[in-house]
Amino acid sequence: MKRLLALVCLSSLVVAALVAPGVGAAKPVLKVGTSADFPPFEFQDEKTGEYLGFDLDLIRAIGDAIGMDTQIVNTGWDGLIPGLMTGNYDCIASAMTITDERLKAVSFSDPYFSAGQVVVTMAKDTKIKSVSDLEGKSISVQIGTTGDLVASDIKGVTVKRFNLAPDAIQELRNGASHACIIDLAVASQIAREYKDIKYGAPFTMEYYGIAINRSNTGLLKKINRGLAMVKASGKYDEIYDKWFAGN
Amino acid sequence: MVLDFSIIPGIMPALMTGAKMTIELAAIAVAIGLVIGSFAGIARVSGNRVVKIIAGTYVDFIRGTPLLVQLFLVYFGLPTLIHRPVPAFMAAIVAMGINSGAYVAEIVRAGIQSIDKGQTEAARSLGLTSAQTMRYIIFPQAFRRIIPPLGNEFIAMLKDSSLVSVIALEDLLRKGQVVITRTFRPFEVYAVVALIYLVMTLAISKLVSWSERKLRTVG
Repeated sequence: MKRLLALVCLSSLVVAALVAPGVGAAKPVLKVGTSADFPPFEFQDEKTGEYLGFDLDLIRAIGDAIGMDTQIVNTGWDGLIPGLMTGNYDCIASAMTITDERLKAVSFSDPYFSAGQVVVTMAKDTKIKSVSDLEGKSISVQIGTTGDLVASDIKGVTVKRFNLAPDAIQELRNGASHACIIDLAVASQIAREYKDIKYGAPFTMEYYGIAINRSNTGLLKKINRGLAMVKASGKYDEIYDKWFAGN
Repeated sequence: MVLDFSIIPGIMPALMTGAKMTIELAAIAVAIGLVIGSFAGIARVSGNRVVKIIAGTYVDFIRGTPLLVQLFLVYFGLPTLIHRPVPAFMAAIVAMGINSGAYVAEIVRAGIQSIDKGQTEAARSLGLTSAQTMRYIIFPQAFRRIIPPLGNEFIAMLKDSSLVSVIALEDLLRKGQVVITRTFRPFEVYAVVALIYLVMTLAISKLVSWSERKLRTVG
């Protein structure tokens, strides 16, 4: 009898849980995967633990525009796409460049940011001026980034792949690599912190997109619509100025 | 998500180079650990108080902090102190060797303490010095007893060596991660990586039980 009672209780709980989202006025939740180690695009506030950055402000604005609450899921960069494919979150907003290779695995929204890779060297370095000077050198990068993919294609180089962008820069500053290939925006942020490094002009042109599971075409349309709305309303410019003013 | 194991043959060469690195790291680290650990282990049971305290502090510090943190300290911390880069491989074997030494020290200490007191008393009454007693009587007997736990230590080190991925050394796990960032096939790649680790650790435990049989004395 006790067992039967327990079963009844349990099943009513399950039913309640299933029905609940439809009952309340709560907005649907958009789960956003990000690798919060890439300031100013995405990072975690040291004191409050809050997730901040250009990408996250943008995806929150898109969420507002399409009537969804956003929930940030912080994951290591190399696990981002696999996590999207297994359904740990609905989309990725993490300064992710739209590449042919990635398009084989996921869909991308319309581009929302144009960026480029730069070569970062020590300020006193006079030998490395451009990417063509990197042949046979050792280059530190963040694993799986566009910088990693570009560096891996240069002839005779040793690519040192780190989990975090700051580790790749530290490798350079420790004298253990000749150069570091990284996104322009990240380089400019880090160069403000460390005066002993410098970087050249971008040598690639690339576009960031929001990655979505390929089977989820409904969400892709919604996010594209939201992005267009955020751009049209001037909210995009507002967020852009907040993070990149003065650059 | 559909599984696709057809990518495996293409990535095996990369994984095998990684496996080679993993074995090298673990073997060198355990060799260093064996030397440091034997001295530290004997020091732990020594009559000299200063030596005892130094060895005890070493063991406490190393066992009380994560190997990952020790790796970061050697690789990213040390260069800022000595003003020159520490090569990643060097940093890895130094950190892993010192780490392994602390665990080996405890294994050696336990091995020595497991030998009956009568052995020491007999050796000393035959006129051997305490150093000679340790060298010829106690340590050889203790060594046989510590073979199995040493095998465990080697297996543990082989698995812990996967931590070196954070300092850009491309061991087995790291090679797998690099492949994943190109193929987006985490399950297939990690499954193969796990299988290769398993083959390596099983081989070591076979080797350990073989040497145990070899060293077994009759009577």
